[in-house]
Amino acid sequence: METSVITSTSTSHADGHSVLRSYLLEARYECLRTLRTPSFVIPSLLFPAMFYVLFGILLNRGNGDAARYLLATYGVFGVMGTGLFAFGVTVAMERERGFITYKRALPMPPGAYLFAKITVAMLFASIISLLLAVLASTLAHVSLSAMQWGLLMAVNVLGVLPFCAIGLFIGTLVGGQGAPAVVNMIYLPMSFLSGLWLPLTMLPTVFGNLAPAWPPYHLAQVALAVVGMSKDSNIVLHVGILVAIAAGFLLLAMRRLRRHG
Amino acid sequence: MRDDRGHDGRCIDSNGQRPVLALLRGAGKQFGAIKALDAVDLALHRGQVLALLGANGAGKTTAIALLLGLQDTDAGEALLFGQSPRELSARRRIGVMLQSAGIADNSKVSELLELTRSYYPRPRSVADCVALAGLDGLLGRRYGQLSGGQQRRVQFALAICGDPQLLFLDEPTTGLDIEARRGLWSAITELVAQGCAVLLTTHYLEEAEALADEVVVLNRGCVVAAGPMREIQAHVAQRRIRCLSALDASRVAGWPQVRSAQRQDARLEVLTDAAEDVVRRLLEEDAALSELEVQRAGLAEAFIEITRDEGDEPAGRRAA
Repeated sequence: METSVITSTSTSHADGHSVLRSYLLEARYECLRTLRTPSFVIPSLLFPAMFYVLFGILLNRGNGDAARYLLATYGVFGVMGTGLFAFGVTVAMERERGFITYKRALPMPPGAYLFAKITVAMLFASIISLLLAVLASTLAHVSLSAMQWGLLMAVNVLGVLPFCAIGLFIGTLVGGQGAPAVVNMIYLPMSFLSGLWLPLTMLPTVFGNLAPAWPPYHLAQVALAVVGMSKDSNIVLHVGILVAIAAGFLLLAMRRLRRHG
Repeated sequence: MRDDRGHDGRCIDSNGQRPVLALLRGAGKQFGAIKALDAVDLALHRGQVLALLGANGAGKTTAIALLLGLQDTDAGEALLFGQSPRELSARRRIGVMLQSAGIADNSKVSELLELTRSYYPRPRSVADCVALAGLDGLLGRRYGQLSGGQQRRVQFALAICGDPQLLFLDEPTTGLDIEARRGLWSAITELVAQGCAVLLTTHYLEEAEALADEVVVLNRGCVVAAGPMREIQAHVAQRRIRCLSALDASRVAGWPQVRSAQRQDARLEVLTDAAEDVVRRLLEEDAALSELEVQRAGLAEAFIEITRDEGDEPAGRRAA
């Protein structure tokens, strides 16, 4: 065994190098860890695609508008689930097990933990997007311009962020056992109330009036505008609200994490 | 142990010799109405192994949390290498093994090691980590498939992989069998020989006795004793005399300087501060006395004594 000589002069070059590497490794291993968790992978990737095949294709009987509408809203449904579960449930569990405390004691670069989790959420959001795009363009004969496909993908991949922030906040509030129930209680009703399963115009008007209160409603309006299924001219407002939701919940969550670990 | 390596610590102790690596100065921490720590002073010097002892709830975990920057002090200060423990550059010089790491079951050991090594500017080689922590054949395994003892070894490897100058070991051998515990002790001893300082908390007083050269005893958030291991052990002048004797225990208990005398079957057990005098009298009074044993009180007895008489003596008394 070689004798280690204690040295203290740490050059900023070596530090700078190791920080970037830590971010990348953290993200890479978080992705691997998540892919090794079938209880997360299967529902988050399969449910949006399965629902789309069922309601957008099999039960739809060739209505092109419905196929297009549901392509946008099931994308939102998928990324919302990914953000809420990837953050809400895993953060709650890792907090409860003491993993977050342990990570804070280590010299982990402070943003690496969130960076890794956001990478996972975005990776899953893009896989969901791709799956839906393949199903829609082949089985449902939805045709969009390359620009529209690209934009829809971007909306989904970036649209996961406000739900990551909400999930993170839930993860700081509830324990690992309770988190899946809490997430589902938010996830499923909000999906319905935001018009992700059925257009709000097919529901009593009260649902339409209440819809702006739900975060996924705003993401759905952006996605529907991309596929040409919305005449809503307030896209900038919807994007602004989503940014505010993301920033607000992130702030709340960070305050709780700092105070309670 | 004299420090003969380069002086790099930014914070030098009043004796001007060994740099202070970790320091609590008048540190206080309150949780609601409960004072978890009250004006605690603690200094860990380079090359030292300091055992932080105390019953559950005495404040050990809080003291460690302050030194790791997991919590902020309400009063006084906590410093690592003269800096706030929240500074990444301070924490890059420490290794940490907490009571529970909460590591995910589906991480591979090699991944955990590579990731944790990446946090440090000059990590130990993987081969060194494997050798020191005894991880042979475990690198490709998932953490969740390992036994409790193997998981503790992985946590130890993660603690040392950054080649730290200071190691925090919070109850490192809880739940380990004797063989695994001795293995970890020898690894810690090897690191200490290389110049690594250790802050150790443990429930096993024999573990503190085997590893530490400094002791700080906490009771209800206050330091009730602090100093070199020898002095703490000597806190109790008491010795235990055991022998086979027919003498009446209650009569022996009445002798001067005898604290207590008890009989267990044929064996007489006497606790005293003046073993020589008592042994002389025992031999005089019972010519048939046999199997005489005199034992010095260990850390365990000292610990019980220190934490018991805390009420009578001022808190924060330093034996050093």
